[in-house]
Amino acid sequence: MDHLWVDICAVTDIPQRGARNVAGIKGPIAIFRTGDDQVFALIDRCPHKQGPLSMGIVHGASVTCPLHGRNVDLATGQLMGADAGQGCAPRINLRVVNGRVELAAEALR
Amino acid sequence: MTNQARERLIVIGNGMAGCRAVEEVLKRDPDRYEIVIFGAEPHVNYNRIMLSPVLAGEKKFQDIILNDEAWYADNGITLHTSCMVTSIDTVSRIVFACGGVVEKYDKLILATGSDAVRLPLPGANLNGVITFRDLADVESMVQASTAGGARAVIIGGGLLGLEAAYGLARRGMKATVVHLLDILMERQVDASASHLLTEALKERGVETILGGQSEEIVGCDGKVTALRLKDGRILPCDILVMAVGIRPSVQLAKTSNLGVGRGIIVDDTMRTSDPNVFAVGECAEHRGQCYGLVAPIWDMCRALADTLTSGDGAYAGSVVSTRLKVSGVDVFSAGRFAGGEGCEDIVYRDAGRGVYKRIVLEKGKIAGAVLFGDAVDGSWYFDLMRAGADISELRETLVFGQAATEGLRGLDPSAAVAAMADEAEVCGCNGICKGAITTAITTKKLTNLDSVRAVTKASASCGSCTPLVEKLLKLTAGDAVQERTGPKPMCPCTHHGHGLVRKRIVEERLQSIPAVMQALEWTTPDGCASCRPALNYYLLCAWPGLYRDDAQSRFVNERVHANIQKDGTYSVIPRMWGGMTSSKELRAIADVVDRFDIPAVKVTGGQRIDLLGVQKEQLPAVWAELNAAGMVSGHAYGKALRTVKTCVGSEWCRFGTQDSTGLGIKLERLLWGSWTPAKVKLAVSGCPRNCAESTCKDIGVICVDSGYEIHIGGAAGLHIKGTELLTKVRGERDAMELIAAILQLYREEGFYLERVYKWMDRVGIASIAARVVDDAVERANLFERFMEAQRFSQDDPWAERAAGHDASEFQGLGAPLRVAAE
Repeated sequence: MDHLWVDICAVTDIPQRGARNVAGIKGPIAIFRTGDDQVFALIDRCPHKQGPLSMGIVHGASVTCPLHGRNVDLATGQLMGADAGQGCAPRINLRVVNGRVELAAEALR
Repeated sequence: MTNQARERLIVIGNGMAGCRAVEEVLKRDPDRYEIVIFGAEPHVNYNRIMLSPVLAGEKKFQDIILNDEAWYADNGITLHTSCMVTSIDTVSRIVFACGGVVEKYDKLILATGSDAVRLPLPGANLNGVITFRDLADVESMVQASTAGGARAVIIGGGLLGLEAAYGLARRGMKATVVHLLDILMERQVDASASHLLTEALKERGVETILGGQSEEIVGCDGKVTALRLKDGRILPCDILVMAVGIRPSVQLAKTSNLGVGRGIIVDDTMRTSDPNVFAVGECAEHRGQCYGLVAPIWDMCRALADTLTSGDGAYAGSVVSTRLKVSGVDVFSAGRFAGGEGCEDIVYRDAGRGVYKRIVLEKGKIAGAVLFGDAVDGSWYFDLMRAGADISELRETLVFGQAATEGLRGLDPSAAVAAMADEAEVCGCNGICKGAITTAITTKKLTNLDSVRAVTKASASCGSCTPLVEKLLKLTAGDAVQERTGPKPMCPCTHHGHGLVRKRIVEERLQSIPAVMQALEWTTPDGCASCRPALNYYLLCAWPGLYRDDAQSRFVNERVHANIQKDGTYSVIPRMWGGMTSSKELRAIADVVDRFDIPAVKVTGGQRIDLLGVQKEQLPAVWAELNAAGMVSGHAYGKALRTVKTCVGSEWCRFGTQDSTGLGIKLERLLWGSWTPAKVKLAVSGCPRNCAESTCKDIGVICVDSGYEIHIGGAAGLHIKGTELLTKVRGERDAMELIAAILQLYREEGFYLERVYKWMDRVGIASIAARVVDDAVERANLFERFMEAQRFSQDDPWAERAAGHDASEFQGLGAPLRVAAE
């Protein structure tokens, strides 16, 4: 099934090993860019205590929540390590076209 | 069989794909077709991927010819060189070419390859602006390099751009690569390998400018003279090479009404939308994928030859790997080298040899790999990856390569170690073989890992062979083995403790996070949330003014200069020097609270005022107003100097012995802005009644009639600890110099997140006193280093951000711009 895609920003608008957020239909969406220029989008809420994941430190393909240091796998949204299986930040469909990040329209206001 | 009876096979494209397709057909059925090949270039078929060594002068054109004229003659192939095909009539099956050449076909192969992308920059048509695609390009580059001292700028830090730059540097040109992104060859390697690549290229005379946006090609008399970047930099050059990518060459297919996407669309039999027309190579698009590498082309040619000779072939797509062709720089990359969902990394670094290996595993199989510096095992990993081999049994030794792994395969780990030959190398970094280790263990009666390391150097560098050395120890020394001791590693990304990392940063002049990670052989590609902030601090402390702070390696509070709260809002605490404020400041704070509807205002324990519940987007505006009233950041969010708490002292108090408020303000003015291993709180009390609670601060001053007592190592948080008296000084100046020296010693020696009292417990108060109290020269040196560092840290971070610095951090991405329907 093809999505309706909405252009959000250039990949380079997001700092490497960083994130930016954008308003979504269910609250903010965090868009992450890894050190290897992979891009991921998750609902910007840590499964632990709803911390803003977009403000965490990005390392490898994971992010450390700024509130209590939980690690979240960017590709799956799942908590990692000892907390694995205890919750997940929902993924948002995303694609990169010619260096631009596009999100599935249904996730956006 | 006569000529009349043979079918006519026409190939458009005399390159690697076209000729390989013909070879494959001839191999299967040499007599089936009468073959005609059209080539746009004036040459016989040559190995295009070897143009880089030709440019570098390491090979000659003759060396890279694949099929000479005899081959065409022997196989009865008609070759039209320098002959562009202009149109195809697919109904009558006729090809029309320049010079009135007309050929009829039964089967037609399009192998038109690809064209170099030219950026539409102003000045792109100037003389001296070239691409790197064919022999003619190489010839013009070689010609340009013959002028002495000539300069080349290469746009594009991909495989081709780097090979072009290296080739030009080899020919004596000054070559500079301008790359849009921060990672070279970002489609093939990760940030760690890119860092090493940058260094290796520099040694070979190639400069790189990362994050460089080209804006205009500047020329004079129709000839290129320079490239201007968006940031205003001008890079003078005599030639400019555009190596920004390739695009499948599809024009002919398009005008012939064949199905075209990004490339010419083919099915698994390599057939285009016309049943008698086929496409192979870089011009073809198969299952949505176009390839720019040679291995997939060979796969396609085999499938196509099957289709043309014995019924339909089946091409199922290719898994690709890449090697960089720069002499002495081994780079290999394959598959999903950057990892991803459900993947796991094995990272190996050998700083001594400049080696970085990263193998990405997924469900017990290799999903990708990037190798730098030692790529001999690239094809082995690639074979395992393509075969989808289960490598869980090889996991422990996989990263050491095929030789190490195959010797041990199938045995249980201990038996495998026991079975290793005495000459088998265990520690690759230091070249130590098994025999040397077991002999040392036996003869020197070694019983723990550290002593094995000390005596043999095995596992003393990168530590990745530690499990192997431990097994050897266990096998050889048996029950005598002692558990491992030694400093605790910083985090799971490294085997080294904080102390060693700090020491080596200074001794080896390591000045960036990737440089530290390589030199100290980090086991992860880019660290984790514990080591990155620590390294960032250590580098900042070691190289004031030189090291560029890495915002992405800072905890959110230090990145946005405010304290994150449980609901994602922030708290803002302006500095109140020595706890003093004024009606003007209080009025400004009241106005800010009203204007921004700030929900809570709280007096802190550090004698300041906390504004709670500020939205991130509001922060720069809030700061601008506070700045306007003369207030700056209180650094209440940082591993930094927090407050200097004071009592009213001799100015007002009937017991006060000295001006404690005044000294507190002077200290805060001296020390503010300084980054430290953990937070630092000070207090100055005017008399031993200690109203400012100096004896539970990191550094506390208690004023007495005869001078100032300096206390250190207190805490009143998670742990409660009273300070210890370090010394007493006579004057205010002495107190200030001493305190700055203590702080600098702590900055240089403290481990990240280690408060002053823990540092003192570790090194002992006597060692601190010896350097800052007893040794006046050392104290003066520490003070001087502190003041030097302060030159770069006393800019108010709030004012910078209120003025627009880092705006996107605060504003987010804004509203989506356009809807792209598909």
